[in-house]
Amino acid sequence: MTLSVRMRHRFAERRLDVAFEAPPGITVLFGRSGAGKTTIVNAVAGLLKPDEARIAIDGRVLCDTASGTNLPPQRRRLGYIFQEPRLFPHMTVRRNLMYGHRLAPAGVTRPDPDRIIGLLGISALLDRRPGTLSGGERQRVAIGRALLSAPGLILADEPLSSLDEARKAEVMPYFEWLRDELSIPMLYVTHSASEVARLATTVVAIDNGKVLRQGPAGEVLSDPAVTPLGARAAGAVLETRVVRTHPDGISELDASGLRLFLPDVGQPDGARVRVQIAAHDVMLSRSRPTDISALNILPCTITGIRLGGGPGALVQLRAGENMLLARITRRSVEALGLTTGDSVFALLKAVSISKANVADVLTDL
Amino acid sequence: MDWLGPEEWQAVALSLRVSLWATLASLPFGLLCAFALARWSFPGKQLLNGLVHLPLILPPVVTGYLLLLTFGTRGPLGGPLDAIGITFAFRWTGAALAAAIMAFPLMVRAIRLSVEAVDPKLEEAAATLGATRIRIFATVTLPLILPGIVAGAVLAFAKAMGEFGATITFVSNIPGQTQTIPSAIYAFLQVPGKEDAALKLVTVSVAVAMLALLLSEYVSRTVARRVGGR
Repeated sequence: MTLSVRMRHRFAERRLDVAFEAPPGITVLFGRSGAGKTTIVNAVAGLLKPDEARIAIDGRVLCDTASGTNLPPQRRRLGYIFQEPRLFPHMTVRRNLMYGHRLAPAGVTRPDPDRIIGLLGISALLDRRPGTLSGGERQRVAIGRALLSAPGLILADEPLSSLDEARKAEVMPYFEWLRDELSIPMLYVTHSASEVARLATTVVAIDNGKVLRQGPAGEVLSDPAVTPLGARAAGAVLETRVVRTHPDGISELDASGLRLFLPDVGQPDGARVRVQIAAHDVMLSRSRPTDISALNILPCTITGIRLGGGPGALVQLRAGENMLLARITRRSVEALGLTTGDSVFALLKAVSISKANVADVLTDL
Repeated sequence: MDWLGPEEWQAVALSLRVSLWATLASLPFGLLCAFALARWSFPGKQLLNGLVHLPLILPPVVTGYLLLLTFGTRGPLGGPLDAIGITFAFRWTGAALAAAIMAFPLMVRAIRLSVEAVDPKLEEAAATLGATRIRIFATVTLPLILPGIVAGAVLAFAKAMGEFGATITFVSNIPGQTQTIPSAIYAFLQVPGKEDAALKLVTVSVAVAMLALLLSEYVSRTVARRVGGR
């Protein structure tokens, strides 16, 4: 199933004009706050009527202003996970979970409540009321409630942003699980680069009401054009496999031929792991440096250089099949005489990759 | 209750009946008005708001006289209603109407506040889960505004029990027909030697009012705890 969205909308003196597709897996709408991400999601949900739009899941049209079709939210069959959990305060957790389950249309296969409840680890909470739950528990119940309504599409609008770091770490794995288990598309809004890196199958980068880039996460995030969305956001995402973890606590990873050495990723040999490498952690050298502490020295080819208005520059690199991004100064670009097509070495300190930048991929893709 | 004479007892029973009917009959309209004022935007909204609150500010005797003009047997509404068998003038039904009108602003205010406190985002969430508008109202909105409805109803009941000015102007002071507790107290105070009876009714008045307040407090606390998600 694929969600396709094409919409034009004016709101608060801004214009939104976007078109994108969301295949199964998590499609992250990524961009600064105020870029119109939530507006898009609300239009897909039917909570907002766009000026001009065609929104469909495969052949099922949810909204087509040209033909005057605009299904109300209750007939769109979607599971919306909101920023704040929006649980019904007067119902127990169990009644919250079953609210949409009972309303799913006949003929739709409904997920088994016990299985979902077990997977989300909320079976002990069923008789409690939302007011007594922690933030992370509430959001897990909200995820369960959305899943149990047997949706054909999941929407998540910054579902982690109201949680503190510990709660985020508690809830994040469930989204990874959704991404890998479900055959339906999920539209996920965020402005957090680390969430994009960990969760995204597809990224739609949005700026100024327009789609800046869309495509697989690795490609979009390592595209210098996306960096205006925040210098910290720039970076590459590598899909790797754990080769072995050495006795000194260094994990050796394989990224389609490229060897990476990182602090222990805590995963067994053979596990698939996603690694985010921030552009500002990557250094460049013309020749292979010796006598240097950095564990990762990767031969690369420069595929693009983008000079910003300020002193910074972004260099896009290809290392085998992987895209990398290095944020260096304009002065260094000039001093080294870097141009597109040059061969260079990318240097990466192993310790600059923290646990937060590493995510395990639960299933084989 | 031996200490209440038949005359006093009659007034107490009538007051309870009048107030109960006034409250129950005006509740649907109160709910509608509260929703209209809290949620909807329409031309003349301020006019409706003013109209609802008018009895709170007008002298009760004016409200009573206006009711007499409108719902009297020869009034523009009273005439046709009388023809189909619904008579307000000088009947207990008229006392109930007067009490309902006078208590209406208090009821609408309490319900409106509770409607405004309901987060529309919860209703949106229910819609995305497949609920129709009617179901959303029944399963989300109504349970959440229940404390406000209870508070509004109890407040309206207490106000109806105490209504005097508009009632006596509209339906006069007929024992057994329109003589509610306040009217009876007033009548007894006009006659020498009836101070005892008046004092008994005063005691009943105070007791009923106090009971109503305690009940409303208790119910709204219980419901609020439930609705608050604990």
